Amino acid sequence: MQAQLPALQVVLPLFGALLAAMVRRSRPAYGITVIVSLLMPVISWLLLVQVRNEGPISYVFGNWSAELGIEYRIDLVNALLLVLVSTVGAVIIPFARKSVAAEIPEDRIAWFYSVYLLCMCGLLGVAITGDAFNVFVFLEISSLATYILIALGRDRRALLAAYQYLIMGTIGATFYVIGVGMLYAMTGTLNLAMIAERIVDIETTRPVLAALAFIVVGISLKLALFPLHVWLPNAYAYAPSFATVFLAATATKIAIYLFVRFLFSVFGVGLVFTDLPVSFILIVLSVAAMFGAATVAVFQSDIKRMLAYSSVGQIGYITLGIALANLNGLTGGMVHVLNHALIKGALFMAIGAVVFRAGSCAIEDIAGIGRRMPITMSAFVIAGFGLIGVPGTAGFVSKWYLIIASLDKGWWWLAFLIVASSVIAVVYVGRVIEVAWFREPNDALKGVKDPPLEILAPILIMVFAIVYFGVDADLTAGLASEAAEALLAGLR
Amino acid sequence: MTGASLIALALLIPTATSLLIPLFRERPNMREATTLVGAVALFAVVVLLLVEVMAGGRPALHLVDVLPGLSIAFNVEPLGMLFAVIASGLWIVNSLYSIGYMRGENEPRQTSFYVFFAVAIAGAMGVALAGNLFTLFLFYEVLTLSTYPLVTHRATPEAVRAGRLYLMMLLGASMLLLLPAIAWTGFTAGTLNFEPGGILSGKIGNVAMAGLLALFVFGTAKAAVMPLHFWLPAAMVAPTPVSALLHAVAVVKAGVFTVLKIIVYVFGIDTLAEAGASEWLVYVAGFTVVTASLIALRQDDLKRRLAYSTVSQLSFVVMGAAMAVSAGIIGSGLHIAMHAAGKITLFFCAGAIAVATHKTKVSELDGIGRAMPITMTAFLIGSLSIIGLPPLGGMWSKWWLMLAAAEQGRLFVIFVLIASTLLNVAYLLSIVARAFFAAPRGGAQEGKVSVNEAPWPCVVALSLTALLCVLLFFLVEIPQGMLLEITQTADPAGVSIDE
Amino acid sequence: MNALNQILAHYNQWITIFLMVSGLYIVIARGNMIKKLVGLSLFQTSVYLLFLSSGKVLGGTPPIVAAGISVYTHPLPHVLILTAIVVGVATLALGLALVVRINEAYRTIEEDEIFAREDKA
Repeated sequence: MQAQLPALQVVLPLFGALLAAMVRRSRPAYGITVIVSLLMPVISWLLLVQVRNEGPISYVFGNWSAELGIEYRIDLVNALLLVLVSTVGAVIIPFARKSVAAEIPEDRIAWFYSVYLLCMCGLLGVAITGDAFNVFVFLEISSLATYILIALGRDRRALLAAYQYLIMGTIGATFYVIGVGMLYAMTGTLNLAMIAERIVDIETTRPVLAALAFIVVGISLKLALFPLHVWLPNAYAYAPSFATVFLAATATKIAIYLFVRFLFSVFGVGLVFTDLPVSFILIVLSVAAMFGAATVAVFQSDIKRMLAYSSVGQIGYITLGIALANLNGLTGGMVHVLNHALIKGALFMAIGAVVFRAGSCAIEDIAGIGRRMPITMSAFVIAGFGLIGVPGTAGFVSKWYLIIASLDKGWWWLAFLIVASSVIAVVYVGRVIEVAWFREPNDALKGVKDPPLEILAPILIMVFAIVYFGVDADLTAGLASEAAEALLAGLR
Repeated sequence: MTGASLIALALLIPTATSLLIPLFRERPNMREATTLVGAVALFAVVVLLLVEVMAGGRPALHLVDVLPGLSIAFNVEPLGMLFAVIASGLWIVNSLYSIGYMRGENEPRQTSFYVFFAVAIAGAMGVALAGNLFTLFLFYEVLTLSTYPLVTHRATPEAVRAGRLYLMMLLGASMLLLLPAIAWTGFTAGTLNFEPGGILSGKIGNVAMAGLLALFVFGTAKAAVMPLHFWLPAAMVAPTPVSALLHAVAVVKAGVFTVLKIIVYVFGIDTLAEAGASEWLVYVAGFTVVTASLIALRQDDLKRRLAYSTVSQLSFVVMGAAMAVSAGIIGSGLHIAMHAAGKITLFFCAGAIAVATHKTKVSELDGIGRAMPITMTAFLIGSLSIIGLPPLGGMWSKWWLMLAAAEQGRLFVIFVLIASTLLNVAYLLSIVARAFFAAPRGGAQEGKVSVNEAPWPCVVALSLTALLCVLLFFLVEIPQGMLLEITQTADPAGVSIDE
Repeated sequence: MNALNQILAHYNQWITIFLMVSGLYIVIARGNMIKKLVGLSLFQTSVYLLFLSSGKVLGGTPPIVAAGISVYTHPLPHVLILTAIVVGVATLALGLALVVRINEAYRTIEEDEIFAREDKA
């Protein structure tokens, strides 16, 4: 059993999805989803422990050698991502039952859960696989599932958002395929580790550089790097609440994993950061995201949209850490992958709870809701502190690493930019706090109170994690630091 | 009880109080009792710590390592002890006063008020007892965030706007200036711990040191050094117990305490003096002292006048620290205590007047001394302490600052001290004079005016703090001795007390 | 002359690139949602052609094992592109399904009309 864990990590949600589609009724479909969601973290944590004790795991499908077949390769970097996606999936699943039942028509709920499991299968597959083309397959599995999840939202604009994301996402994936094709033509293999070996001599040839460009652009589309982020605000705003929670916490993080995997493990730090100006471009784009997206967030009237733009900004922090390409920077980026997943998960769940009770998340509609839903909104406030980066919350840990990484490079101006952009978060979080607590609740909010325990519990768990990992970041920062070291060392 | 467990209790008691208070939301008397019990318990713990520190001990507590290099740790030394004693002692008095005020004014949502008060005190304790810059920063932010709901308590549009300014200025300054300063310090010095003699000697150039100091001073917007002082007068929209808390006990004192502590334990007085990196600060702080006093003179709203007075007095502490000499440090530390006692008295009186007569403007206070003799006498005592006349405690802090200025031949500082004293007389004693010697407005009744004081908890509180101002004059040896200890480790030549 | 030969020798790549760019252009420039999907399809198909044509071994047969044949075209690109075609078909199907639902919801599939309607709302 132990040896088959890598396969099970992907196969279980796949079959879960099939089962859920076959049972057709919402209750059993939810039950299947719960079982699969709870098994996933068990597998991921076992894999993580194994990797930490024994080193990278290699699993070949059908016993075809890595040269010919598809290899799953798990090291510290993707073990971290597996643990993140599966744990988040397990924590948020209690939230799903009532939220999904309230937002999606009864006859579609089973399909929703089926597609949700497919999405999870795809995301986990992207993280776990060691074959470049297999990445594309899983990427598209998760993307197609995502388009469907988004399109199931209540508002008809969800359909438009899904369509827009489909067009952009497919272009991105196709760019990725072009890049992989070129790499294959130059190296003769699709296995990531082998490409990394064979690419050393031909690093500066035009096809390899072109492949790098295509792959980076393709993945940037998926990870919503400014300015390729246009699909994200609509997608997060109009998707069903539970879908947004899952996607905000996991989808872009997997794309970031892919990003670092190619940049550091396949192409290598030397080529990408020393020879090419990728660092410079990434820093410019990251800073633009940090400031631009946060500023736009301030002016949004729909809170989900505001949080979506905030996500684009936070992704800027992660890519900034990657662009700095030193140990502290990469650690900061990777730890923010974890921390931001917790923070945004909590924030979107809190807003999902508000939508569940009050029916809307427009800022004018939720005036005074702090008095009616005190626990939910207090959770929102604390998660908001995490977003701002108040010390004692997880968000501060990420910012601290990024600041120290900037000082390591002697770029004090960058450290200043990092803190300056955090101040903008004070404004948009403060806006919600003001409206929620300092206005009289309007009549539409009569009878609104805190959501039932199954919705509240995941929120409180995540908020507790945000504070816990802000006070004792040993686990998160430790894992991130190990992953960063592994990345900087490369696959060779 | 070990020092470490005392420190833990000092943090746990206010936190536990804040958690217990909501349980009594339906029973106001139990709720108020919880606050008072918590305050007394905290003071008891702090006194026990004080005994240990005065005996030469330095209790410490290491809680957790957040990251390699960043830990939450506590280390009690005389300066922090002083602040902790003031904060915890005055919490008791302030709670008593709050009971009278909040009930007298029929303020809404009193439960959340007392809860956030307790959290703010926990934050102040954390700041006082912090052993490194990160812990200080953590609790400093806790203080900002927990006092925001207190400032905006009345939830009027004015209060919301003031709260916005409060939060943006304090958080903005701490994130833009203080956090980079801490990162820079950690990066240069290799540690964030507070050490006697500082952690930066020999590691940073003179100009860079001055720049770092600037980041620290302006990043600590709670110290209200101009131009980052606007939040203080704006915060006057809060109920008076909050203003008293802000201006005497927790927030502003946390600000100047931070500046003082950083100057003594991060930079080190000798290092600073050698580098001359704090010269500019003497002038900036001195400018604040005089300018704020001038603005105070022109304020008709009583609380705003007191607010600007506070801005002015706080910069005394900063100026004294900036002189980078032992006498200055002693003066600054004493001023934290003296000003706390004096200002809290003045604010208590202002609030008492508001509760009893609904008057908030200085121009309305003619003849009020007859209706509220106890209050106005306390006001007189508080004013005299701020002005710096014996037998009030405020005299001693000004004495030491004058000593430091004379030692260094700083005419500018002497001028500032004299000018501000004269201005204090002008804007404070004029109120007292009006109250006792002017005829009441609006149809003066000849003969007896009935005594109409504020509710008794308020009166008791303000009498206690006025008494404290007097006591501090006679008991100055205690804080003075503690402060001498700190400066002696930095300046072995020593300064003697008896002049 | 040499340059012309160079260009002509890679005619397959020029054609596929032309198709690729046209596909992308259609996606960006056309407002009709189905036309966008057509452009997307064109874009994806051109990528398939790019790799298939590059993998062709002159004189080789399709890579299916048969008696008597010794030269096969390189099978791996075929394998990859088969997978990619499947993904492309699924995407197209999903895209068209979305367009059908958008049509039901908005009574039009012209993007500018829809945005105009949403902006007014």
